[in-house]
Amino acid sequence: MSPTDSGVSDSPPDTWEQVQESAEFRQLRHRLRSFVFPMTALFLIWYLLYVLLADYAHGFMSTKIAGNFTVGLLFGLLQFVSTFLITWLYVRYANRRLDPLSERIREDIENPVTKESE
Amino acid sequence: MKTLAAGVEGSNPTLNIIIFAVFVAITLVIVFRASRNTKTASDYYAAGRAFSGPQNGIAISGDYLSAASFLGIAGAIAIYGYDGFLYSIGFLVAWLVALLLVAELLRNTGRFTMGDVLAFRMKQRPVRAAAAISTLIVSFFYLLAQMTGAGGLVALLLGIEGKTAQSVVIAIVGVIMIAYVLIGGMKGTTWVQIIKAALLIIGALVMTLWVLAKYGFNFSSLLQGAVDKAGAAGETLLGPGKQYGATGTSKLDFFSLGIALVLGTAGLPHVLMRFYTVPTARDARRSVVWAIVLIGVFYLFTLVLGYGAGALVGPDDIKAAPGGVNSAAPLLALNLGGPVLLGLVSAIAFATILAVVAGLTITASASFAHDVYASVVKKGKPQPGSEVRVARITAVVIGAVAIAGGILANGQNVAFLVALAFAVAASANLPTILYSLFWKRFNTQGALWSIYGGLIISIVLIVFSPAVSGKPIDAKTGKSPSMLQGVDFHWFPLDNPGLVSIPAAFLLGWLGTVLSKERNKKKYAEMEVRALTGVGAEKAVQH
Repeated sequence: MSPTDSGVSDSPPDTWEQVQESAEFRQLRHRLRSFVFPMTALFLIWYLLYVLLADYAHGFMSTKIAGNFTVGLLFGLLQFVSTFLITWLYVRYANRRLDPLSERIREDIENPVTKESE
Repeated sequence: MKTLAAGVEGSNPTLNIIIFAVFVAITLVIVFRASRNTKTASDYYAAGRAFSGPQNGIAISGDYLSAASFLGIAGAIAIYGYDGFLYSIGFLVAWLVALLLVAELLRNTGRFTMGDVLAFRMKQRPVRAAAAISTLIVSFFYLLAQMTGAGGLVALLLGIEGKTAQSVVIAIVGVIMIAYVLIGGMKGTTWVQIIKAALLIIGALVMTLWVLAKYGFNFSSLLQGAVDKAGAAGETLLGPGKQYGATGTSKLDFFSLGIALVLGTAGLPHVLMRFYTVPTARDARRSVVWAIVLIGVFYLFTLVLGYGAGALVGPDDIKAAPGGVNSAAPLLALNLGGPVLLGLVSAIAFATILAVVAGLTITASASFAHDVYASVVKKGKPQPGSEVRVARITAVVIGAVAIAGGILANGQNVAFLVALAFAVAASANLPTILYSLFWKRFNTQGALWSIYGGLIISIVLIVFSPAVSGKPIDAKTGKSPSMLQGVDFHWFPLDNPGLVSIPAAFLLGWLGTVLSKERNKKKYAEMEVRALTGVGAEKAVQH
């Protein structure tokens, strides 16, 4: 047993696999992964695109849009905007789609009395 | 030009010291008060898990916005223009990795250290030992960077030029930091972070508004001011390439740095440990959101401050000042508000170093006491109370090592040391954490290969990089920008190893796993259910 178990876990070990294979838990995992994996790919590609542009497309990035405001500054600020936006989207998604489900599963495990197998 | 350069000498060291002493006095009182309830390991390492999401978010930004961010980035923008801005973007976007993939799952599966999560379903002793070694190495480099920064800052702000006198000040910083950690534990350290973050962000806000007001709140005029002040090549400040655009190798180096920055944050042990100070995964999420907002806003301020320093002080005067690039923000403060504002900004910069160093020390000492002493030496059965005692002793040892290292490394390049810590964290820690949380088949051998592989590859590449030896001598300073003078044993072309070492560590983690027969389906089921639902995660301690 790992030290993380000390005094906090009293579920018999085989229930973990039962929970893991339950439809509810699989749905939770699917919801989490189907959001965070594509989103991670998206922001990493967007960030790397920005880094490559700043690294290899100096002329394009130095083009002035308005006054002294350049394309590069716009792209840089858009990285801030996208970071804030993804944060907001994730929090909204987690509050609506992840938390209620994970709370239900947690309660079922912690109070097995209330859970009856169908 | 000369009058501005003399301005730093015209600053008032006594005033600077008084303002800084007031900060230390106030925080020490708070740390003493916070220490009253520090009894158990959970109190000492994780502040009883009683901080709220917003509080922890502010503390995270306090931990993260080191002197390198404040002084380094503002200075880089003032001198190199756009290229300095690129750092802040990497440092910010990196937080999405922590938010989406790491923070909540980590909070649910571990207790005190990174080793808790990595070793969850593995053979405890080897994996914990590896996690602790990696934590100590990353923290040590980060610590060294901060202590070195303290030395440089002192030269600038207190007018202390002699090496001996600077060493005394580095030692004083070290002793105050050890006091915070010993007395206050994680709770005291967290409060220091919160106060410092608030001061830093408010200070930057005031200066930003001040600079913008001078240009009629027109950002374009501010840019024009910076361009005019920089002289003939001023226009290049507005686009990328001034610092990294010279050759094909330097461009590749920048790409490598960009990757290390974005993947390093979620592998920094002192950032990871902060997620344990809140009661639930939901609070961990909330803390990251707060941290992202505060850090993002702060980096927008530094953009204005950097160009403002370029426009109002000018790159030539900044380079000529003691402290060089790092002196841009303090010189801007002097230009705007005279010696009083300079004193305030200097004290904030100093407080920043102090707080970050305290956060690193508690992380490193927790990792040693919890992972090495309790799990490896005592096989998971330490005497009651002995773990915290070991952690306290370790904190003193680490503090002493940091003081000695800071004195020896005084004068080294701060940004290089920080980038080093990020590259090592991204190589050794992040692949292991991600595999551990998301890959069912991952096992002990895979974890060991990715941690040790990432560590060894990144450090070997750094040792044989031009950052350590062999850069041509700069005609202006008469010195090579490399760490060591007069020798050349480099064969790796890039300063930053991330481009090679991070993919290599991911590959090694995969290879080590598939070459080992060990499978731990049951433990993975437990880990995944706990990670996603928070079952059995330790709650806040009630006092």
